[in-house]
Amino acid sequence: MSNSHFVRTQMLPAQKPPVGETGVIKWMRENLFSSWFNAILTFIGLWAVYALVSSSAPWFLNGVWTASSVDECRAIIAASAGEGASGACWAMINERWHQFMFGFFDRDEYWRPLLAFALLFVALSPVLYFNLRRPTMIMVGGAGAVLVVLLWGVGTDGWHLFLAAAVMAALAALAWFAPKHLLWVTLAFPATAFFLLWGGSVWAPVGVMLGFGIAVLIWRALHGLIGVTPAAAVAALVAFVWWGFLQGLLTGALAQALPAFSLPAEDSDRFGGFLLSFVIGVSAISASLPIGILLALGRRSDMFLIKTLSVGFIEFVRGVPLITMLFTASLLLQYFLPPQTNFDLILRVIILVSLFASAYIAEVIRGGLAALPRGQQEAADSLGLDYWQAQRLIIMPQALKVAIPGIVSSFIGLFKDTTLVALVGLADPLQGITKVVKADIAWKAAYWEPFIFVGAIFFIFCFSMSRYSMYLEQKLKTDHR
Amino acid sequence: MANAAKMQVTDEVAIQITAMNKWYGQFHVLRDINMTVNRGERIVVCGPSGSGKSTLIRCINRLEEHQAGTIIVDGTELTSDLKNIDKVRSEVGMVFQHFNLFPHLTILENLTLAPIWVRKTPKREAEETAMYFLEKVKIPEQALKYPGQLSGGQQQRVAIARSLCMKPRIMLFDEPTSALDPEMIKEVLDTMISLAEDGMTMICVTHEMGFAQAVANRVVFMDQGQIVEQNEPKEFFANPKSDRTKLFLSQILGH
Ligand SMILES: Nc1ncnc2c1ncn2[C@@H]1O[C@H](COP(=O)(O)OP(=O)(O)O)[C@@H](O)[C@H]1O
Ligand SMILES: [Mg+2]
Repeated sequence: MSNSHFVRTQMLPAQKPPVGETGVIKWMRENLFSSWFNAILTFIGLWAVYALVSSSAPWFLNGVWTASSVDECRAIIAASAGEGASGACWAMINERWHQFMFGFFDRDEYWRPLLAFALLFVALSPVLYFNLRRPTMIMVGGAGAVLVVLLWGVGTDGWHLFLAAAVMAALAALAWFAPKHLLWVTLAFPATAFFLLWGGSVWAPVGVMLGFGIAVLIWRALHGLIGVTPAAAVAALVAFVWWGFLQGLLTGALAQALPAFSLPAEDSDRFGGFLLSFVIGVSAISASLPIGILLALGRRSDMFLIKTLSVGFIEFVRGVPLITMLFTASLLLQYFLPPQTNFDLILRVIILVSLFASAYIAEVIRGGLAALPRGQQEAADSLGLDYWQAQRLIIMPQALKVAIPGIVSSFIGLFKDTTLVALVGLADPLQGITKVVKADIAWKAAYWEPFIFVGAIFFIFCFSMSRYSMYLEQKLKTDHR
Repeated sequence: MANAAKMQVTDEVAIQITAMNKWYGQFHVLRDINMTVNRGERIVVCGPSGSGKSTLIRCINRLEEHQAGTIIVDGTELTSDLKNIDKVRSEVGMVFQHFNLFPHLTILENLTLAPIWVRKTPKREAEETAMYFLEKVKIPEQALKYPGQLSGGQQQRVAIARSLCMKPRIMLFDEPTSALDPEMIKEVLDTMISLAEDGMTMICVTHEMGFAQAVANRVVFMDQGQIVEQNEPKEFFANPKSDRTKLFLSQILGH
């Protein structure tokens, strides 16, 4: 009886855990040697790592950076490391890196893709970092520094280096003082990049952007009067009329009147290597996200027609291999489109890769939508938010947050899939360019080097995307559970 | 407890439901509902689980669609016309059993979102209003936190404040205290009582009979999709007329 009666008179303070329950020893005991079986696995693992490193390390360490052919590489390795030693012939990369990077782009014009590449990061920075001035500024400043180094690497003269540095410094200052205004750079980026890469008259891309501007103005004027969807339809129609009939007249006249605003034109078949991968990857990624969002919403729509079209599109695209769509891009579109439209092959590939990726993105986002409790939509409804407001302010931010890992996986997959364009005759970095380089008798015998080089660059970019997605998940975590 | 002097019911009709019926597929969930709510009236709806209480009040702001009869809220009839629906929804506040706060927004953003986007209130003004109502529900210091950092009772008070920021003329409550731990029920009920004292028209689905006795003008008892009995609270609890009501009351008031 007396045992059941107890009153604590003093509350206990918190104490340190016992020694041996913290630190390296504890970690090793728990993770590497928790049982006999586990200990054996640890040793097997260590042995496997050793075997791998000891067999491949000499190859990397003996690597030769300057030589004019694989045979010369071998001679140098034999001389320095002894007869029969193996070694990498990085000289191949050293000699031909520009083809891996730029394909067959005019060597005097390398500054153009490099500038576009740096501006890409400037354009991304306000989107990726929500106008936070510090990371935005670091990203813009970093892009500027890298740009100057790269420009110097391709042999740009001092005056132009200074010019590039000044432009990037101005953008970095903008990032610091008014990160929001960088969004204008983002909006102008597609046209700017197009102009830098393909060259020609500046008025063509300006005309295309004007079409978007007109569409936005019309939508703004009308959506209060006739509703969001009809206004969007009218705006799209007017924009197509502009692009189809009016733009050509205006830009043609301007190009005649002010021919000074132009760069030497680069044909699409000069694009190759990572330049090609980036053009296709970046365009398709930025196009597939909004299309995917619309498809995911369409699939959940109450309207039968929209729902059916969305489901049909998604299921069709997911059911067809990407290769088929690429062949479609290179052949079929040519038949269907009016004969005088000479639709660029890269543009066609971009469109089809975007549509392909958007179907997957749509399904990933649908998963995010399904994870939301029904109450969120109901709360938005009961507050009087209309459909688009509810989607934009309440539903999508939460659904996208849940879907981030899946979306980023899709993006990474898409970026790596850009190497498949080799199948329609474009010079991707992995197969297309490697073939071109190895067509030279001097480099014919190289095997691993191009793959390792290209793989490493892909890894850097894909790994960065993956890290960014982790940053984003952390950043958006507001549930504190 | 409640300040009766301020709680005047007017003759003006706030909600008029006539011969309303609703089906879920083949299931006749609401049957011939007739109900008039005057401005300033406070109505408590009770009844066994599955009797259609939630469905009834969700029809009033068109979260659910009815198939027959009419519902007129604040002079606007609910039809499939989206303009009318949005108008009614911005006049009628709703508080849910599971709060349904927006977890990705701070408390302050939860409160200002609808005024800014629906009423087009300037941000500054919306924030002032939000702070006023946060004071009213007694948690102004939580304004910059996220819903996940608050207790259930605090979240429900934020949800009430969120509805109030739209300056609604009618408030609907769907079992606002059912998901709460006992020690938090009182803080939410106190908030609702003070709202009643300010003369808000309220329809409240709840099994808190103390609340019903303190503030309701009328208690409505539902069973199997029908209104079985309605009466002023004293009479309702002291002299239930129908057998179903008696059974229900004996079950919830206990033994
Ligand atoms: N979306 C729905 N589809 C089909 N049946 C439903 C749906 N929502 C509720 N019901 C049914 O309608 C009845 C009334 O539900 P509800 O109004 O939630 O009851 P209460 O709130 O009184 O517990 C219940 O039998 C429930 O199963
Ligand atoms: Mg209910």
